[in-house]
Amino acid sequence: MIKGNGRPVYEGVAIGRIYVLSKEHEITNTKCSDIEKELERFHQAQEKAKEELGVLYDKTLREIGEEQAAIIEVQSLFLEDLDYIEGIEDMIKSGSDAAFSVHEIGDAQATAFASLDDEYMKARATDIRDISDRLIRILTGADQSFRMDEPGIIVSEDLTPSETVSLDKDKILAFVIRQGSSNSHTAILARVMNIPSLIRTDIDIDSALNGRTMIVDGFEGNYYIDPDDETMAQMLEKKKSAGEYKAELEKFRGFESVTKKGQHVSLFANIGSPDDLKYVISGDAEGIGLLRSEFLYLGRDDFPTEDELFEAYRKVVETMGGKKVVIRTLDIGADKKVDYFNLAAEENPALGYRGIRICLTQRDIFRTQLRAIYRSSAYGKVAIMFPMIISVSEVRAIKEFCAEIVKELEGEGVCLNPVELGIMIETPAAALISDLLAKEVDFFSVGTNDLTQYTLAIDRQNEKLDSFYDPHHEAIMRFLALIASNAHKEGIWAGICGELAGDLSLTDEFLKMGYDELSVAPSRVLALRKNVIESEV
Amino acid sequence: MKSFDYVIKDELGIHARPAGILVKKLAAVKSSVTIAVKAKDKSADAKRLMAVMKMAVKQGDTVTVTVEGEDEDAAVAEIEQFFKENF
Repeated sequence: MIKGNGRPVYEGVAIGRIYVLSKEHEITNTKCSDIEKELERFHQAQEKAKEELGVLYDKTLREIGEEQAAIIEVQSLFLEDLDYIEGIEDMIKSGSDAAFSVHEIGDAQATAFASLDDEYMKARATDIRDISDRLIRILTGADQSFRMDEPGIIVSEDLTPSETVSLDKDKILAFVIRQGSSNSHTAILARVMNIPSLIRTDIDIDSALNGRTMIVDGFEGNYYIDPDDETMAQMLEKKKSAGEYKAELEKFRGFESVTKKGQHVSLFANIGSPDDLKYVISGDAEGIGLLRSEFLYLGRDDFPTEDELFEAYRKVVETMGGKKVVIRTLDIGADKKVDYFNLAAEENPALGYRGIRICLTQRDIFRTQLRAIYRSSAYGKVAIMFPMIISVSEVRAIKEFCAEIVKELEGEGVCLNPVELGIMIETPAAALISDLLAKEVDFFSVGTNDLTQYTLAIDRQNEKLDSFYDPHHEAIMRFLALIASNAHKEGIWAGICGELAGDLSLTDEFLKMGYDELSVAPSRVLALRKNVIESEV
Repeated sequence: MKSFDYVIKDELGIHARPAGILVKKLAAVKSSVTIAVKAKDKSADAKRLMAVMKMAVKQGDTVTVTVEGEDEDAAVAEIEQFFKENF
């Protein structure tokens, strides 16, 4: 039995088989010693890629349509192109390894296509990158596209948002990762999915772990690989009582979240995509307090169209059937980078070109998104909230732009419902001038993660700073009180959508401040409701 | 050496799919085949797909196809036919 530990991000006990999710290999210019063998490897990879594309072509033709299938066909043609193949072979002959050669030649060809003055040809650059990636995957063995045959525990270095998009979420029992922080993507996902998970573990990641039995104790932060009988018995017992606590929470399903003295607070859910709707339903959330838009932009090669955005938003709004859905506009930049945005590298991305700053600068991106959101308003109750606000003038510019969009859509005869406009309070600047901002908007939602990071000047990704980080810091508590009070002076509602909202030790405090809404991971709603209903405040 | 001129009628120009079919067809031809747009001073080996596509030949461009080698007579007729049917 191997025992180790990490920091728990969601309580509970999981028992299952290990699936190691390994990172893509870094492509470096390693020299190969046996050129003949390397050429042979490349030709085998080429054959395999051809087969894969054949299968993909049939599937695409069947499930999506001829136009998409034609793109796959073009890729198959490229895979046999003489310039491409000979270029790679020449590099291998000069001693480079196959993966690096594919990477270099693919990159050169793609760049040549991207620079052409012809939209159709430009777009072919993506096809070249795609086949190159495919070949590299095959060559580096990162090819075994990750699949879970039965439910299990994911063990990985860390997970990026685009990696998690492709995971089969129904089969994940727990995450055990080496890196991350309690606000990192994996931690947020674990909370949304309601699964015990550990971050910053001391685990040695090795593919030999695959298939071995693991227990994750999300209460204590321990994990056990190949547990002995005694440990297994103990943990099964613990799992059972955790189940009982959950069953106890079930008593609060379907109730209104009202304190003994009659104070009402809405308990909403934070979600990252329409896929999370099932957790909203199972968690019994009363609405959605934060629908992140980033998922629509991640894991793809080009901007989503207005219709794609609209369909995704509509699905959420419609499923919620008249319950409020607060959609946050794109908050990309900083730690969530997307290649096709072509954002320049920044010394200090958290203080950089991100969130509303991108939207107010690149209005075309903003326009497409706002049009999609407004269109979705016809299907339920929509509110929009804007991230990273620091000034009144930004808010006015946004409102003006929204009014323009509404007019435009009405001119086109599109049916719209009234939409509340609100802002995230997540910069110290916005918190301090919340009295002025309250005159401009319909609601506030406090993003405590960023507000804390900016107020305490602590990078939430930097593990070394964890001992300095105090989520209950007096400065944050004073800000929270100030924000709620300023909101109520102007008669608008205020909520909290950061992780702090789900901190059960603060529920009474938030009720005293008068917060109208707390938006938390869907799995947290029932525990929070129990707290509210039993509160003496 | 044989050659012919042809004005591209397809609104997408010489795009990927027919170009791919052309390249495959030409693999069986022994002669060398060159495709050029003289007005734009561009030319490429017609057996190389990416090279042909990178010329970004558009509707209305006049291309000159030149065939040189032992089977040039048969090949040029076949290629001209292919252009008429596909571009």
